Amino acid sequence: MTKTVILVAACAAMMCGSASAQDAKVDPLQVDVMMKFAFSQAPKDWGGRTDQDETLKVCSAARNQPSSTQADAIMAREKAKIKYPEDGKLMGDWKKGEAVAQSGYGQRYTDYPPRSPNGGNCYACHQMTTAEVSYGTVGPSLLEYGKIRKFAEADTKAVYDKIYNAHAAFPCSLMPRFGSNNVLSIDQIKDLVALVMSPESPVNK
Amino acid sequence: MQGLRLITPVTMIVGAGLMAGLLTLAVAPFVQAQTSTQSDQARKAYEDHLRRMDEAEKAAAAKAAAPKSTPMASPPAMQKGAAPAPAAKPMMSASDQDAATERGLEQYRRMLKADPWDNPALLDSDRGEALWSAKKGPQNVSLAETCDLGKGVGKVDGAFAELPRYFDDADRVQDAETRALWCMERFQGFESAAFRKSPHPSGGQPVKDIGAIATFIANKSSGMKVASKTDHPKEKEAIALGEALFFRRQGPFDFSCATCHAESGKRIRLQPLPFLSEPKEAKQVVGEWPAYRVSSTHVMTMQHRLLDCYWQMRLHRLDFASDVSVALSAYLYDRARDGEIAAPGLKR
Repeated sequence: MTKTVILVAACAAMMCGSASAQDAKVDPLQVDVMMKFAFSQAPKDWGGRTDQDETLKVCSAARNQPSSTQADAIMAREKAKIKYPEDGKLMGDWKKGEAVAQSGYGQRYTDYPPRSPNGGNCYACHQMTTAEVSYGTVGPSLLEYGKIRKFAEADTKAVYDKIYNAHAAFPCSLMPRFGSNNVLSIDQIKDLVALVMSPESPVNK
Repeated sequence: MQGLRLITPVTMIVGAGLMAGLLTLAVAPFVQAQTSTQSDQARKAYEDHLRRMDEAEKAAAAKAAAPKSTPMASPPAMQKGAAPAPAAKPMMSASDQDAATERGLEQYRRMLKADPWDNPALLDSDRGEALWSAKKGPQNVSLAETCDLGKGVGKVDGAFAELPRYFDDADRVQDAETRALWCMERFQGFESAAFRKSPHPSGGQPVKDIGAIATFIANKSSGMKVASKTDHPKEKEAIALGEALFFRRQGPFDFSCATCHAESGKRIRLQPLPFLSEPKEAKQVVGEWPAYRVSSTHVMTMQHRLLDCYWQMRLHRLDFASDVSVALSAYLYDRARDGEIAAPGLKR
């Protein structure tokens, strides 16, 4: 009788029949090692791609919902990584920016040797212009982004920062750290800033 | 018409049905361009497809009355929600852009799923059955007489539904593909190094032999519910590791599986993204793999699908049967528990 009661209680606690991940504790080191050995065909210089820096470790463990202490630490750390153009100009050519926003090329194993510059693939996640109807919805719509903000200088800088390293403003953002991770060059980022913030850009028409 | 369907069920219907499907996908982005010609074209293509489906249904009814030739593979179960939807009306308001686009996509998805016999993957399932039964390899034995998928040697019916599971002989949790490879090495005596180097087909090539075998195994659980095993500690561990991997961010783009698959109703470009950590949505899609993928014109297995995601995440080729791929499968099938297996499925 006692045995049955204990069994039932154990079953209830473990949600018998539906395996919950809480049933087994995961050692993060084990996960790191699994990743390390799961890509045996990767060139030697790709080894680091399965590694995580402190920010990604925290964001992964927190399922992208960091505590406020963690969030502060991430923002400070990532903000320090942002580099600015030497001439201080944050806006480039929106037309070039549109090409960067359209292109998803770069850094896949099928993209080597490089045949063109890396793209930002902004449209994969963001609506940006009315002309491009094939856009994703993982990120917010950026239609009229600059116009709504009256093309303010502070917002231009904020856009530059977000593209360079989104975690500086949004800790554990889903967006790639395009500048800090060397996906896009400073010039490409300036062109994207122009696409979002320039009054001439189709984003703001 | 009926005779033709009996002789070449796949080629004919695929030719007509999928062409119409692709046309709709090509047209869908322009629905909100408010040119009535384009939306009319889309609607016409869809209505033509519905008409063909009606004819096919009548043909099937007539066939049921007549003596029938039994095909080797059984069709994947009809999808819930596969009933024809009313055709999209031209959208007049720009604020309805998303709705219009979504409707166009939904039409396309329904057309893909509407008739299970449309699926060219059934050919691969048949090939997989032949491979399963044939004596092969240095040991010249068949998998049917040596390989235990968990339900006893040679027993295929219902085995896929309980995978991944822990196997004593291998001392590992294995999914269908990992198990098939293991049996081919262990019993047939195959050397797997060359296979592991290039386990998946390039665009346009047919799925490789193990993929065909996995398609056959999956098809033999079609219509059943996902019931992957959770009894053994290693099975529980695999699911937990898979969950950690699902949320693990890495690579030059900082991506994890969860970047795209941890929220409902999102899209990449026009491609809808299932919320895979949510059982409700996982149940609808996980049981459809292996699936015929129209965009690459071949069957894609779960191992291949996971590799494709890591490719997109800017990592290298995910090793076939690696601990990562098995753990992620274990997690996904756990999320999809009690969902219907409708394999092989048909994907964009």
